[in-house]
Amino acid sequence: MSGPSTYQPTNRAMQWFEKRLPIGGLIHSSFVAYPTPRNLNYWWTFGGILSFMLGVQIITGIVLAMHYTPHVDVAFKSVEMIMRDVNYGWLLRYLHANGAAMFFLAVYIHMFRGVYYGSYKEPREVLWILGVIIYLLMMATGFMGYVLVWGQMSFWAATVITNLFSAIPGVGDTIVTWLWGGYAVGNPTLNRFYSLHYLLPFVIAGVVVLHVWALHVAGQNNPTGIDPKSDKDIVPFTPYATMKDAFGMSCFLILFAWFVFYIPNYLGHADNYIPANPAVTPPEIVPEWYYLPFYAILRSIPNKLLGVCALFGSIGILAFLPWLDTSRVKSGRYRPLFRQFFWLFVVACVGLGWLGTKQPEGIYVILARILTFYYFAFFLIVLPLLGIFEKTKPLPNSISESVLDAKA
Amino acid sequence: MTTVSSAEHSRRDFLYIATGAVGAVGAAAALVPLIAQMNPDASTIAAGAPVEIDLAPIADGQIVKVFWRSKPIFIFHRTKKEIEEAQKVDVASLPDPEPDSERVKQGHDQWLVVIGICTHLGCIPLAHQGEYDGWFCPCHGSQYDTAGRIRKGPAPKNLFLPPYAFLSDTKIRIG
Repeated sequence: MSGPSTYQPTNRAMQWFEKRLPIGGLIHSSFVAYPTPRNLNYWWTFGGILSFMLGVQIITGIVLAMHYTPHVDVAFKSVEMIMRDVNYGWLLRYLHANGAAMFFLAVYIHMFRGVYYGSYKEPREVLWILGVIIYLLMMATGFMGYVLVWGQMSFWAATVITNLFSAIPGVGDTIVTWLWGGYAVGNPTLNRFYSLHYLLPFVIAGVVVLHVWALHVAGQNNPTGIDPKSDKDIVPFTPYATMKDAFGMSCFLILFAWFVFYIPNYLGHADNYIPANPAVTPPEIVPEWYYLPFYAILRSIPNKLLGVCALFGSIGILAFLPWLDTSRVKSGRYRPLFRQFFWLFVVACVGLGWLGTKQPEGIYVILARILTFYYFAFFLIVLPLLGIFEKTKPLPNSISESVLDAKA
Repeated sequence: MTTVSSAEHSRRDFLYIATGAVGAVGAAAALVPLIAQMNPDASTIAAGAPVEIDLAPIADGQIVKVFWRSKPIFIFHRTKKEIEEAQKVDVASLPDPEPDSERVKQGHDQWLVVIGICTHLGCIPLAHQGEYDGWFCPCHGSQYDTAGRIRKGPAPKNLFLPPYAFLSDTKIRIG
């Protein structure tokens, strides 16, 4: 974690190079000799999986961009040509489309893990906030990528999402016209979305570097939530963490490959295979699954402006999590009451996702309101109060003690 | 070289602040074209010129959809029954109170011209559907009456009216 690198290249050429640019030492100290807590479980492999998925999206995306045309007249057609004519185009596009879904699946697991084990707490607040920024950028990127297909769902998703800004009092309509570059979603909109969809993944990569940097300053959290105290608590990143990450990633890739090769359109919507038609709204507009919980929150509030505020607030509130959780015990493992509320929170998020697919009528509206209330209550009521009233279980003296006791 | 820090404001402080201010103004000015380029360009604005619509072929009770500035415009040739429905509603009971007379041009009660975009999140409502004989939005369930006024659902406003004028009894110009 600290101190100078022990990296000593034996090769003379490498020594010459290392003296001038010590990049070998940086890699060695960050990913080889880097000390990791010995008790990391498989929930900790999702950071590596996410880095890999970002790589997959960037590589497949750059290749798709070589064949895609961002113009309203041919965008849809060029996507179909990728599917039918381009060599392996079908594979590259299915990897990219399902890769986005897998990326979000992994990021949700990664985030829930962070909440369960209190990974956002001192001294990792900045690390957490950088993660929230990455998540926001991912949402923007995913949304704009979905629009590029220029099917019916693309077009109407673009219309509905950009119209969220029309709720801003006074300047809303001016902002929406500015976003569109016209009087409705059209060619200028598609062009700028394409430009930004190409840019944002590299911005994400930049923030990921900061995220990893902040991680390496604070050190990794671990299932006990207590810091490593001696050499008995840690193992070197390579081979221990690298191997575990590689195994976790392989399992994750099986799931990814299953979607790509067996059910590539399962997560999509059939209406998006109809070319965009500005004159007809599809009978049912549903966002991609990874936005559904927020969509349900938006719809559960009968006032337009308040609904939009709740939507953005539900994401923005994550940035304040380090200060909303007042408990000094990090890991949910030693917080019996927190654990129950946490799993209820997971159920609420999944439930909101399910409600996002339902027409906002009758019982669904009531359920969505209850779950929306709990979503915010978890952050604004439960977490601040639990820190005061919860009786936590005794913490082990060290990581190694907790591991060895469990074995005994 | 030694720097002497003084509590008093010096000529140098002034130069620093003046230089910084000019730099900030320059940076802000450089943002203007970068932001303005995203607004509708000249060709988009030119294509948004007024359009003339002949109303003669529109039958009683029919709703036609035309486009102006890429926005769908509904032209509704209302029947007597539909006009009455729109007029007899208690205006105060509406979510966005507007009497029918403010929704149409005087002397042209049978013609309702509205922008066909749901004021909730921009979907296109379906004509002749819903409980009020007007429009029903399939996205989030907003319902509009025969004067295009919001009656039920999450939309906050009545369907907007485009700027238009009657050139003759059977011809309008939108824009």
